[in-house]
Amino acid sequence: MSLGMTIGIDIGSTTVKIVVMRYGEVVYEQYERHYSQVRPKTLELIQLAKDVIGDHQFTVALSGSAGLGLAKAAELPFIQEVFATGETVKKFAPDTDAVIELGGEDAKIIFFTGGLEERMNGSCAGGTGAFIDQMATLLDVTPEELDTLALNSEKYYTIASRCGVFAKSDIQPLLNQGARHEDIAASIFRAVVDQTITGLAQGRRITGKVLFLGGPLFFFKALQREFVRALNLSHDKAIFPDMGRYAVAMGTALYAEKSGSPMNYQQLVNAIEGAVSDNHATRTLPALFENPDEYAAFCNRHDKDTVDVYPIEEYTGDAYLGIDCGSTTTKLVLTSEDHRILFEYYAPNRGNPVQVVKEQLELMWEKCGDRIQIKGSAATGYGEDLIRNAFGVDSGLVETMAHFKAARHFSPDVDFILDIGGQDIKCFKVRNNSIDSIMLNEACSSGCGSFISTFAQSMGYDVREFAKLGLFAPYPVDLGSRCTVFMNSSVKQAQKEGATVEDISAGISMSVVKNAIYKVIRAASADELGQHIVVQGGTFLNDAVLRSFEMELGRDVVRPAIAGLMGAFGAALHAQELGLERSTLITGEELKTFVHTSKSTTCGICGNHCNLTVNSFGEGKKFISGNRCERPLGNHSAEILPNLYRYKLEKIRALEPGTGKRGKIGIPLGLNMMENIPFWHAFFTELGFTVVLSGISNRDTYIKGQFSIPSDTVCYPAKLMHGHIAQLLEQGVHDIFYPCLTYNFDEKRGDNHFNCPVVAYYPELLKANVEELSQENIHFIYPHLAIDRRKDFANRIYNILWNQYPDLSLGEVRRAAKKAYTFYDQWMADIKAEGARAIDYAREHGHQIVVLSGRPYHIDPEINHGIDRLIASFGIVVVSEDCVADLARELPPDVHVLNQWTYHARLYAAAKYVTTQPDMELVQLVSFGCGIDAITTDEVREILEEGGKLYTQLKIDEISNLGAVRIRIRSLLEAVAERRRAHERV
Amino acid sequence: MRGSDDRVIFTKEMKKDYTILVPTMLPIHFKLMLNILREYGYNCELLENTGKAVVDAGLKNVHNDTCYPALLVIGQMIDALESGKYDVNKVALLITQTGGGCRASNYIHLLRKALKKSGFGQVPVVSLSIGGLEKNPGFTLTPLMLDKIFYSLLYGDLLMLLNNQCRPYEIEPGASEALVEKWARRLTMGMKGKGLISYKQVKQNYRRIIADFAALPRRKEQKVKVGIVGEIYVKFSPLGNNDLEKFLLAEGAEPVVPGLMDFCLYCIYNLLMDHKLYGIISSAQKFAYEKAYRWLVRKQADVIDAIKEQGDFRPGGYFPHTVSLTRGYIGHGVKMGEGWLLTAEMLELIEQGIGNIVCTQPFGCLPNHIVGKGMMRVIKERNPQANIVAVDYDPSATRINQENRIKLMLANAVAIDQAHAAGYDMPKYTHPEEGTMPAQTTNPLPGEEEQYQMLIKM
Repeated sequence: MSLGMTIGIDIGSTTVKIVVMRYGEVVYEQYERHYSQVRPKTLELIQLAKDVIGDHQFTVALSGSAGLGLAKAAELPFIQEVFATGETVKKFAPDTDAVIELGGEDAKIIFFTGGLEERMNGSCAGGTGAFIDQMATLLDVTPEELDTLALNSEKYYTIASRCGVFAKSDIQPLLNQGARHEDIAASIFRAVVDQTITGLAQGRRITGKVLFLGGPLFFFKALQREFVRALNLSHDKAIFPDMGRYAVAMGTALYAEKSGSPMNYQQLVNAIEGAVSDNHATRTLPALFENPDEYAAFCNRHDKDTVDVYPIEEYTGDAYLGIDCGSTTTKLVLTSEDHRILFEYYAPNRGNPVQVVKEQLELMWEKCGDRIQIKGSAATGYGEDLIRNAFGVDSGLVETMAHFKAARHFSPDVDFILDIGGQDIKCFKVRNNSIDSIMLNEACSSGCGSFISTFAQSMGYDVREFAKLGLFAPYPVDLGSRCTVFMNSSVKQAQKEGATVEDISAGISMSVVKNAIYKVIRAASADELGQHIVVQGGTFLNDAVLRSFEMELGRDVVRPAIAGLMGAFGAALHAQELGLERSTLITGEELKTFVHTSKSTTCGICGNHCNLTVNSFGEGKKFISGNRCERPLGNHSAEILPNLYRYKLEKIRALEPGTGKRGKIGIPLGLNMMENIPFWHAFFTELGFTVVLSGISNRDTYIKGQFSIPSDTVCYPAKLMHGHIAQLLEQGVHDIFYPCLTYNFDEKRGDNHFNCPVVAYYPELLKANVEELSQENIHFIYPHLAIDRRKDFANRIYNILWNQYPDLSLGEVRRAAKKAYTFYDQWMADIKAEGARAIDYAREHGHQIVVLSGRPYHIDPEINHGIDRLIASFGIVVVSEDCVADLARELPPDVHVLNQWTYHARLYAAAKYVTTQPDMELVQLVSFGCGIDAITTDEVREILEEGGKLYTQLKIDEISNLGAVRIRIRSLLEAVAERRRAHERV
Repeated sequence: MRGSDDRVIFTKEMKKDYTILVPTMLPIHFKLMLNILREYGYNCELLENTGKAVVDAGLKNVHNDTCYPALLVIGQMIDALESGKYDVNKVALLITQTGGGCRASNYIHLLRKALKKSGFGQVPVVSLSIGGLEKNPGFTLTPLMLDKIFYSLLYGDLLMLLNNQCRPYEIEPGASEALVEKWARRLTMGMKGKGLISYKQVKQNYRRIIADFAALPRRKEQKVKVGIVGEIYVKFSPLGNNDLEKFLLAEGAEPVVPGLMDFCLYCIYNLLMDHKLYGIISSAQKFAYEKAYRWLVRKQADVIDAIKEQGDFRPGGYFPHTVSLTRGYIGHGVKMGEGWLLTAEMLELIEQGIGNIVCTQPFGCLPNHIVGKGMMRVIKERNPQANIVAVDYDPSATRINQENRIKLMLANAVAIDQAHAAGYDMPKYTHPEEGTMPAQTTNPLPGEEEQYQMLIKM
């Protein structure tokens, strides 16, 4: 039976789409953003279609992530959206090989030929329509303008494509460095493409005729361009159909033809109207405020913590300027001799902080007239260097210090400071008047201020208004405390369960707070924090956040009225402490001729090819950013300090491929191979092979292999292995050796000597996912071996290799094994000796030492992103954990967990040793996704803190920006210096 | 492991008046095992607290990037201690412990750390593991007890299997569960007393249990079968997998869950592999393990044979066969976490005609990168009927996200079934020409209506 008319309604995470079909042809289509008002918007769209529907009988079906709940409540047929897309493709484009569909928050791929497969993005993936919207907001443009910008790009920046949060922390510094918006825009679209390909294709190549569907792919020409480029599609193979946005709705309409019972317009309207889901969000929290009186009392209490303001027009005398150029906002404070505020500014930096500061300085100078002399100025925050260079600011200080100085002004006996800014959460404990421990959020716990504001915007509210809504919400929803991506889907779920905007607003405030307490501070109770807690940062101006924090802690805290300006205020205090006679700050007169241009270029000095941004401020004044070392700044003469990371890498680079009679054998240079390579190199060279290494990783290595990565949450070092295999194949190698090592060398340090599961078995994964390894002419040799068993290693590997190389003799293999062990032992001893030399050098020349602790593969520059060089640029000698681990043999660390992995045991030993050395600090490198480091980080921290040392953790992933790392390192150095000064005072 | 020297020992005195709290994992198995412990004078209690408070306690006390099972198990225990239900100076905690290179071997240490951090440092933790036990004078498993625990494990697997195959079709709701309850009671009674269990009796019990379930009035229809594999805790524990079995039942599917015995056999098999690959254990040990392995395989075979003999139900595979399935997929040296067994279980399900599989894992589970997600490509390539979805579990992963993905898998499952019913080998969409697809034929296929109804419900 056919009624002739069917209706499909697709309710995604951001939009509602409706399609009316008659006899299989689309006669009406419409779409609109729903701003989470799912039911009313759907109703609205149906009402708009009233004329088209008329008196016809029809069948209807719903689809989409937000359509599920509505369909259930309205008792209408529902079809999973990927399936709906399939219906459409089958009918309208049957020769399609693959479909890529991007929606608001979902990304999907459907493969048709060669085995149907449908995939959706996993839970840890962001790059979708909502992500593009967020990025547009960050650049202060509309999504359409972002597209136009991208089409005029000249180059690309590397932006992490794993998830929205990561990408954002790559983009923000680029903005602050003054990179061209056109290039950033194009890089954003490219990141979305990379994300889709790695996250979804997962080892399956996208070829043939590809259909691109969904709103973003319909609207954004730049996104289309990037996809076509990345997939290398010819024009007749990349199809961007007009129906792109409506594919799901159309499929739903097609599906409706064979499902559901006929109804008419009024019946449909009634069904949707009556579909009020009665179940309230299951996880709710107590309300922030029960009544307005409670709120008033709360406000009164906090109003006491203010700074006096003095009208600038009436002031005559000296003044001090502090500028805090943060990741999303720029703050200026001008203070009088007695710390009163004469002038203040707080606003988003709209992606161009230089312009914002320039405007404000003009305004300030105008107000100052001749009465006020600026005697000192200081800058802090992400854009510190840029602002200092642009405007001749006298001094700079790391933001943690700026915040500490400001907090101490309000509460001299402060013992805990929590700052939640736009993009950062910073907390520090204070003991003996100096910073005792610093905790900063990781990219993956960035539930901060900018999250709330972009969220508010996406729901159609101004951030202040949005925050206020939550104050009296009766049932705040519990949104969890993980990353923003998870929060997004928690919000979606809450909405489906009928939570109101008020409840969501309050819930978001609470989740930001929980994120800070449990993920960043990792506190179990309020007492761990301290007695005198000062909270600051723009986010705490939001009363809902402040209240949530007090509720969660069960304790009152101090929030200065200038919470958002604390960094700038601290900088102003610092400027005053400088005690300068004259400030070098740009004058009002000079500002009139101030010009700022920026251009991007690639540094060619070393193989790293940093993306540099050159800012020019007229009169030959220049500021270069984006560099990892001093060399592009023309600073060639800088002393080259010992650096074990560099040393180890160069040692590997110097390995020569022998010219053997047995032909080539390829070894991928990553993960544990970074350390085991001398062993295997010696072994195979001795056997008469030409050992071909895949080379040191770079970004291209990753790109080459990204197609075959099956798990998007595995660590970056593992992901790189796919590229290393590709690089070996490129070099024409047919035999590749990469053994599975459950057990590592036994260094007699822990309870066992395992490798982690990923290191141990990645070869198995490669075999199963890299197609080329199963080709006829490729021999991928990946036996399970125990290199720790020196006695019978040779016999075992002989039995394995014999299959492939029947001419090998056991004697040969035994000799080679012996040689390999000797070479490996010498190699490791040499590294330890070099470590000792480095330490001696440092002590002789008065350098501080940082033990940069990680895994052997962290020496890979594509994995550490040049962090070792960055640390060295502060005049620090960098040694690695393996060099010092042995020095602590006499005092084994007290480890409270199972100490059973070779690499990780070194961390504990190194940490213990560092606690005995006054001139050493430890910085731990942690790869994102490393499950074992969830255990080691807490232990290392404990060992260090028990020994009176500061703990610094740097989480690394694909991310290539070092802004946050720089802040951490500087904070560490500052805190150490502070402590030393405090110590000397005593 | 130096830090463990100062652990709180469970002493003989404690055995008298301490309550031992046990976290839930496998509801049926644990019930039986706890009954045995009680029989031997241990005052045990299975923790059944669930929900947000458990997760919150976990988040507070465990590093949030630690795997979800650790967070839940520890959260469940600390939440129980904080509940006021127990005298915290008169309780001990029991935790199962696996060894090996997976970080799961650290649960017990993380638990002790968390206890200290939250002020329960005095609470002793007893570990229960297949490998070596930490010594606790107050907690010893006699050979007799082990014997009983072993049989309760086999019984547990059998009851779980039968329950899973009856529940979706039972005419009287709850009848199948009631039967499980009944047998749990009866088996516990049967295992009372001092003597060794008569194996004849055990085999007779198998037959009785199977007959009892076979007699349960059931509908004749066939539902879509969905296999559940994954990290052991998340796979089995309703708390860990957001009641996955219940969800699948509600969606009109029949959950198929490979039993716990396979995991035990896998652990022993790995010891043998240690010998074969690395020569780690001595020949004498190897001899003993081999004997144990063969014995266990026989015991498992007896259950399978009993099921086959009756004929109404689908048994799991014989372990040596399960082992053989991984050939060409993954090496048996992969022994951390669920290791090669997880891959083998997927392959076994597919071989049994159950191509629809939910592979559950904690977010960021290390071994599962390799043995779960890492193997899916080849499995699908060589078994086109495989329809596998990987689902991550995590304190903040939303149910809606997980369910949407499972629904997609189920929608596919229905399509594949339809194609099969219509005589097509390959799943939907592979022959896109007009008129070839079942959905477009004019005469509805038998059963099609029902399947559509199911789609609609989803």
